[in-house]
Amino acid sequence: MNPITYFSAEDVSGALAHLYAGVDANAGPSKVIAGGTNLLDLMKERVMGPQQLVDINALPLDQITPTPDGGVRLGAIARNADTAYHPLVRAQYPVLTAAILAGASPQIRNMASNGGNLLQRTRCHYFYDTTTPCNKRAPGTGCSAIGGLTRQHAILGASAHCIATHPSDMCVALAALGAVVGVRSSAGERRIDFADFHRLPGEQPERDTVLAAGDLITYIDLPPAAQFARHSAYLKFRDRASYAFALVSVAVLLDMGEDGMVRDARIALGSVAHKPWRVPAAEAVLIGRQVDETAFAEAADLLLAGAQGQGQNNFKLTMARRAVIRALTQAVEGTHDNTEELTDDEASL
Amino acid sequence: MNAPETPAPLGAVAQTYPLTLHINGSQHDFKVEAWVTLLDLLREHAGLTGSKKGCDHGQCGACTVLVGGRRINSCLTLAVMQNGKEVTTVEGLADGNQLHPLQQAFIDHDAFQCGYCTSGQLCSAVGLMNEGKACTTGQVRELMSGNVCRCGAYPGIVAAVTEVMGIPGHDDPARPFQPGTVPA
Repeated sequence: MNPITYFSAEDVSGALAHLYAGVDANAGPSKVIAGGTNLLDLMKERVMGPQQLVDINALPLDQITPTPDGGVRLGAIARNADTAYHPLVRAQYPVLTAAILAGASPQIRNMASNGGNLLQRTRCHYFYDTTTPCNKRAPGTGCSAIGGLTRQHAILGASAHCIATHPSDMCVALAALGAVVGVRSSAGERRIDFADFHRLPGEQPERDTVLAAGDLITYIDLPPAAQFARHSAYLKFRDRASYAFALVSVAVLLDMGEDGMVRDARIALGSVAHKPWRVPAAEAVLIGRQVDETAFAEAADLLLAGAQGQGQNNFKLTMARRAVIRALTQAVEGTHDNTEELTDDEASL
Repeated sequence: MNAPETPAPLGAVAQTYPLTLHINGSQHDFKVEAWVTLLDLLREHAGLTGSKKGCDHGQCGACTVLVGGRRINSCLTLAVMQNGKEVTTVEGLADGNQLHPLQQAFIDHDAFQCGYCTSGQLCSAVGLMNEGKACTTGQVRELMSGNVCRCGAYPGIVAAVTEVMGIPGHDDPARPFQPGTVPA
């Protein structure tokens, strides 16, 4: 790791003040650290090299609380494990519980923060390998992934400069739920719709999100989703059954009337693009329809419109389509592939 | 965005930070540079070499320790970030000469060969029990998936952990093991 200095912030304004001090030319770039599970790894690999770390773990941002509108606010430094197992989240947003528990290991989920999950970097091999060109790591040097090892790479929204994917499971559920990210900076507070939070690579793949230097995520708001809680699903396909990043994942939410008609639908794909992938038309096509495979296939095709393989990841085109259809089918029953309800006896152990 | 490789000026002394940890029940004071991980602090500054540096990237789990009773990868956190915390390493599991039940069960079930991953497996299993989520053999397997054993002693590890937890050491035919399924 590079030599770094360290500041433990006691309040949000103190953290912001040090973030600004950090972008001063003399102090070098500074970074917020919360869980540290991704940032420290990247610092050891010399992919990222902040000169100052601003520790926000002492800030009062670890709460998970109901909001007046019936939703839930996730504190930015609440841990992924605490979020997944929180009674409010489990009851109202089972898709979020399922997505978080599909990711990483118990140790990492105990450490990783919610804000940090949003800001985690791609796991593209070339981004990590500092001996190879990478526009995300070193802008202007080129993209080694194009024409290279592309098994995990994007089939949607890629550019000639970058074909990396966003690796998060949690963010796929947050995208489907229509979360809102609360951000503080010296200019005040602002709220960013989840759909606008992560960027497509375009000509600036070094920018993963719309955040600027000096921004601090303070919370993630989940809107009320009672209408979806009984009909949601999270599906994840990966090379290893546990503790592996997704090749394709999908979060779906259905609001179904008693007549079996779809009143509202959300579908978000993960690990297929630089951000969780949603297409309004793919969701709209289900509304007012009876749930059947024909309707689900139409939605999948609209969601994947324009998808293009990179060679080794061509299988994702088929896998993603099937994943969407299967997840929608499962959501009708309200099942989650990767979580298992404890029996009453077990829950009391 | 490559990391700047500029070396510190000649003669410059890196800034150090005081911190206090409660390790295995006793208080320790340190003064370390900001970039020292908790794992390096335990091994190089506290002389507790039970926690292993397998991959140093959070992928193998050999560095697993308990902070405030929760299992974490000590290679993926800085020592300065844990100031004031209670840390339990494998050296703190036994009560004097009385092995922790998990340690005895690992011996009884041949739950290791080379032993390099064992301290992490033990601390992870203690964390697993503290969490109280695993109730079946399959759930133990899934929730121990952050700890890799390259000797492949997994059957022994599962047998040891399930024995201490008092749950059946085999899969229930009525609830077949679904890899990747997490209890919630």
